[in-house]
Amino acid sequence: MRKAAQKIRVLIAKPGLDGHDRGAKVVARALRDAGMEVIYAGLRQTPEMIAEAALQEDVDVVGLSILSGAHNALVPRVLELLHANGQENVKVFLGGIIPDDDADELKEIGVTEIYGPGTLTTTIVTQIREAIV
Amino acid sequence: MISVDDILAGDRLALSRLLSQIENDTPEGRAVLNKLYPHTGKAHLVGVTGAPGTGKSSLVNRLAHYYRHPPEDQRPKSVAIVAVDPTSPFSGGAILGDRVRMRDLSGDAGVFIRSMASRGSLGGLAISTSGLVQAFDAAGFEIVFIETVGAGQAEVDIARLAHTTLVIDVPGLGDDIQAIKAGILEIADILVVNKADRPGAEHTERALRGMLDLAHPVRRVFHHHGRLEVVSAPTTEASPKESFWSPPIQQTIATDGTGVSELGASIARHYQYLKKSGGLELRERARLQSELDDLLQATLLNRWQEAVPADKYQKVLADLVRRRMSPRQAVNELLDGVSL
Repeated sequence: MRKAAQKIRVLIAKPGLDGHDRGAKVVARALRDAGMEVIYAGLRQTPEMIAEAALQEDVDVVGLSILSGAHNALVPRVLELLHANGQENVKVFLGGIIPDDDADELKEIGVTEIYGPGTLTTTIVTQIREAIV
Repeated sequence: MISVDDILAGDRLALSRLLSQIENDTPEGRAVLNKLYPHTGKAHLVGVTGAPGTGKSSLVNRLAHYYRHPPEDQRPKSVAIVAVDPTSPFSGGAILGDRVRMRDLSGDAGVFIRSMASRGSLGGLAISTSGLVQAFDAAGFEIVFIETVGAGQAEVDIARLAHTTLVIDVPGLGDDIQAIKAGILEIADILVVNKADRPGAEHTERALRGMLDLAHPVRRVFHHHGRLEVVSAPTTEASPKESFWSPPIQQTIATDGTGVSELGASIARHYQYLKKSGGLELRERARLQSELDDLLQATLLNRWQEAVPADKYQKVLADLVRRRMSPRQAVNELLDGVSL
């Protein structure tokens, strides 16, 4: 009997206070259409809320969308909490307006990939698949 | 490896990983669930169903909050929530968005929310939903909410799984003819008219009340053309022990919490009623029987599929398409000589 292939589970969340969630929704929809199970947590999440959701949902990937400029405060905290919960295997992807210098630093502390405006959704899908295998 | 002791001790990461194993129906998930089974049967399972957009998630959020912060004479209860959303029939993917409505519950160690995709199942739940519920039950959660996908008229699997089923209606969805149709309204132990601040809430409640009066007649005395008439309530044959629960209708506004404590009280009353009347055992028995039957079916199918070579199946299918064989004959041909 053909088993349903193990689904990639992704948490999409917007930490911090900016309200621009269109990008997060577009990515969520693209991942859905690529056959992934997307838990959409929505706007104004604290790092604690995101880590808790990642734990309860046993996700493979956390996708963060930040357009407020607060990424240097929020992203390290999310990574720290994921580690504290024993979820160091979870891959963290970041989208939004992230200056190049910051992007390098964030990748160094554990962010898998960072996407700016104009990124093709197919690129995101492919890179998530590659990161999970 | 996931250890049974970790689950019983309340390790949340172990529990979360177990839930994934159960969803993916892995041998490890099955093995742990077998060992956990003796620890189940303690939780109160509350089903929540209704059409898309009626406010199921928001209401579950409020109810969970009510159980965590109950009236002063009661102690808080731990709450697990299984929220099912539909899987796309085309891509196999899903957007699970119920958590968006449940942000008030975050940061509370007495609450565990798990979203799941229906993965092709059509009855409003996923195949592994009952497995997830068992895991939460064994892990010691006292109340387990099971939220179905947005349900239309016939997604009634929830009534077999839950002890207490809430059916959520909202003003403006249909008239009294919708209310007397078979299906989802019949499975309600408690009917909720959510968004009760909208126009037409009274009308919706009246239509539901009319439906209930037909289904649960009581003894009535009334005047008809000047004569005093008495109509006695018929006894029901289907479930004599459960015949005296008439579903209450509760108006709520999930966004501001109006009516939620009354709804919580109704849920508690229904559970007490089930325990006293013996209905709880009847329902448990029916639930386990349907689970056993489903599992038997799936297992037999599995074994048969392993026993029959793929080319034989293709050959019979080809014969069927060319009208050389009827579907029944094809089944006989495929079962011939297979020992299950």
